[in-house]
Amino acid sequence: MSGFDHDHDNEGPGVSRRRVLECMTWAGTGVLWTISGGVPRSLGLVGSAQAAESAGMTFLQISDSHVGFDKPANPNALGTLEEAIAKINAMPAKPSFMIHTGDISHLSKPVEFDNADRIISQAKLDVHYVPGEHDFLDEENKLYKERYGRGAKGAGWYSFDADGVHFIGLVNVVNLKAGGLGNLGSEQLEWLEDDLKGKSKSTPIVVFAHIPLWTVYPEWGWGTEDGARALDYLKGFGSVTVLNGHIHQVMQKVEGNVTFHTARSTAFPQPAPGTAPSPGPMKVADDKLRGLLGVASINFKRGTQNLAIIDTPLQG
Amino acid sequence: MTSVTLRSHGFRLAMAAAISLCLGAAHAEETTTNVMIDNFTFQPAELTVKVGTTVTWKNRDDIPHTVVSAGKFRSKTMDTDDSFTFTFTAAGDYKYFCSLHPHMTGMIKVE
Repeated sequence: MSGFDHDHDNEGPGVSRRRVLECMTWAGTGVLWTISGGVPRSLGLVGSAQAAESAGMTFLQISDSHVGFDKPANPNALGTLEEAIAKINAMPAKPSFMIHTGDISHLSKPVEFDNADRIISQAKLDVHYVPGEHDFLDEENKLYKERYGRGAKGAGWYSFDADGVHFIGLVNVVNLKAGGLGNLGSEQLEWLEDDLKGKSKSTPIVVFAHIPLWTVYPEWGWGTEDGARALDYLKGFGSVTVLNGHIHQVMQKVEGNVTFHTARSTAFPQPAPGTAPSPGPMKVADDKLRGLLGVASINFKRGTQNLAIIDTPLQG
Repeated sequence: MTSVTLRSHGFRLAMAAAISLCLGAAHAEETTTNVMIDNFTFQPAELTVKVGTTVTWKNRDDIPHTVVSAGKFRSKTMDTDDSFTFTFTAAGDYKYFCSLHPHMTGMIKVE
């Protein structure tokens, strides 16, 4: 398994269906992202030679830890999170920080958040979180807000800058409407418009949220109702990378200046769109599970126009 | 299996029972009072019951779900094998959905 090349200069506006399908068959611990000259690129697998060679700023994405999940698809989700963190700690180049794209816990129980924190903190990295719907199951979403949402706006959205890249964490798991998809809401969209005001169009932008901002498969709710409005505000920026979780598999799409990418879960895989009766946890043979869980690493290098993403399985 | 328990609200339920009996005599009604949650769907997705009927939803998925009808009823998060029960005391169409997976929708028609 090698790194996924996000250089699409010679490929026209999109990724071929075959490339996307190749992506979908990947399995991993996480995506290693590298940002080079304003554009995030995937480097390939965490711990691969490419990652060791990369320069520039690298950050890590983990997602969908579902701490507390103990069903047949993975009776020990805490254990596989621990394996993912061990994988991160073994990386040849230490990432600058980590983002977590939600579903930290399975049922928003204090003990689940405690256990997640205990394991994730072993990476000794700053972690920027956004919530998944599984993190908002308690009354008024208090637990998430107290632990991860301090200083954030609304249900937990915020932005920050690192190495010249503007990072925006969005929340699309609240006030969901019957029959609909993920939802950002007008208050958050207004904040986003304001947040981007005055930013130079050459500023590389990384947007991260739990549910994909693009429509992956509406029949399973895999998309965001008003995601297109958010993307409208990002038009004109030279480099936009959208990082999501929720669907527990690697999927990628490039549309003009925008690269969309979803990361694997560290807990359990979910089926490819439409290949099963429901998007529920997918039970695979025990020796196949760790090939379908993982993290992502992203490298950003000044002077080139690509941000490199490496999806790394726990095994394989 | 339309069982009406007369505890509190005795009068209202007694009235409801009386009405259901009348309706029941007129035409055979659906008597199912359980809605199963399987594979991210409510089964049956639409259910017609008589006033006073208690409906129980049971989650048989490996993922938590909720049952929410705006302004009418709202379950807590149901983990695997958890259930939620609501007694319908007024006629009407009750559209509901899962607030975690909003593409999951259902309807209880109460007559």
